[in-house]
Amino acid sequence: MKLVTAVIKPHKWEDVREALETFGVAGMTVSEVSGYGRQKGHTEVYRGAEYDIALVPKIRIEIVVEDSDAADIVDIVVKTAQTGRIGDGKVWVMPVDSVVRVRTGDKDEAAL
Amino acid sequence: MLVSASFVLMMTTPALALFYGGMSRSKSVLNMMMMSFSSLGIVGIIYVLWGWSMSYGDQDVAMLFNNPFETFGLKGVSGVDYIFVGFQLTFAVITAALISGAVADRLKFSAWVLFLPLWVTFSYFPLAHMVWGGGFLSGEDGALADLIGGAAPVDYAGGTVVHINAGVAGLVLALMLGKRLGFGKEPIKPHNLPLTMIGAGLLWLGWYGFNVGSIVFAADGTDESNAIFLSETSLVWLNTTVAAAAAVVGWMVIEKIRHGKATSLGAASGVVAGLVAITPACGALSPIGAIILGLVSGALCALAVGLKYKLGFDDALDVVGVHLVGGLVGTVGIGFLATTGGVFYGDGAKLLLTQVVIALFAMVWSAVFTFLVALLVKLVIGLRVDEEAEIEGVDFSEHGETGYDFGTAVGRGRSVLGTTTSDKVKEGASA
Repeated sequence: MKLVTAVIKPHKWEDVREALETFGVAGMTVSEVSGYGRQKGHTEVYRGAEYDIALVPKIRIEIVVEDSDAADIVDIVVKTAQTGRIGDGKVWVMPVDSVVRVRTGDKDEAAL
Repeated sequence: MLVSASFVLMMTTPALALFYGGMSRSKSVLNMMMMSFSSLGIVGIIYVLWGWSMSYGDQDVAMLFNNPFETFGLKGVSGVDYIFVGFQLTFAVITAALISGAVADRLKFSAWVLFLPLWVTFSYFPLAHMVWGGGFLSGEDGALADLIGGAAPVDYAGGTVVHINAGVAGLVLALMLGKRLGFGKEPIKPHNLPLTMIGAGLLWLGWYGFNVGSIVFAADGTDESNAIFLSETSLVWLNTTVAAAAAVVGWMVIEKIRHGKATSLGAASGVVAGLVAITPACGALSPIGAIILGLVSGALCALAVGLKYKLGFDDALDVVGVHLVGGLVGTVGIGFLATTGGVFYGDGAKLLLTQVVIALFAMVWSAVFTFLVALLVKLVIGLRVDEEAEIEGVDFSEHGETGYDFGTAVGRGRSVLGTTTSDKVKEGASA
């Protein structure tokens, strides 16, 4: 099993969710996060004083999937979240040792 | 005039409280608003006790102030005169409250409460007497303009008494207090710009009371003076409006050139900058003159607010940049733009000379007495909160409150991570 984590621009969240649902992803965990990459945030100006705001708002999506689906899901996220402009985000995949469904006690693939 | 007085009162609370409160950080919004409310409470009472007497009366002392005991507690004042007292009371309240913008985040509330009555007594009431009560900065024989051979000075609704006075006081206090922790190093941003814009809008509305209401003093009820009154109020209303409008444009243009974007804080600040500048000038200019004055004030104030970073003083919410600079633009601008006596109307520089000199005199007076009063407060109870209180926020350290509680709002009152309720609070909850 794999954990796919994607950090994307907030306004792309609805597109990504729809695409993932169409693919058949049953569930995911989503959080509002902030951070920065190479673009290093943005600048705000208040009465002439400039403030560098390092952290930019992002959406983080976490999905645990079977090994065979991981590459497809990464493709879907990249395709739907891409604007071509700086700050589009990242997607990464990590191995998952075990998963348990809290309600039933089902384990691993049966718990997905 | 009753309506005007009410409008001016609205300028302090809620308008100024909202304007400044939105510009503060969320941890000091209540303290900022409390400084406006306490000015209303304290100066409002002082004005009735000896403020009116010191400002207006027949027992003048060296043309600087009037005998505070002549009409102490409004002894001998009655009937319709009460409304003149009420109207002038609101001017004293807002002027004192204006200063609070310079001291955000770090002044002890007790120091503010002690500073208020002393400052209005030694700085505001004497200047009000000098300018409006027939004293040293008025057009009387033996007054400053007479001594230097200039024309009679013009200060319609308080360029010197209100804005230069409050601006200088803010500067002196900011210098005495020192910079806020983290000033120039970490972001100290406005926490709620919509509040600030609401406040600026209400200030604009209240300013009509400020400027237009000031005219009534000249009306004596005859047909002729009624006609003059009507034409003056019309002119002043229009001048007040177009000056503020022009200053919004002036401020936005400067921002667009310097930073590429016109900001909401800039537009709100422009409103105030224009209103400040037109305050002393609103009855002396043509509407075109008012537009020019507004544009200049908006642009200059926009440039001036950056001075605190260059010169290294922490005037937190730009009392100096907006009120002192705007007040100077208005007071001195009259010398150029007045339709009677102005340089641009071919009347020579007599009025300009007078306006410059009375502005300088008001600055020196305000600086000296603000310094002395603040020094006294510093020696008696201290001016600044300790470092821990400043980091935690003056709302909590000075008032035991916090402005916003989002902990329970997120969970609609059912958050398991929010604050727990003590038995004591539970008992009192239904009270």
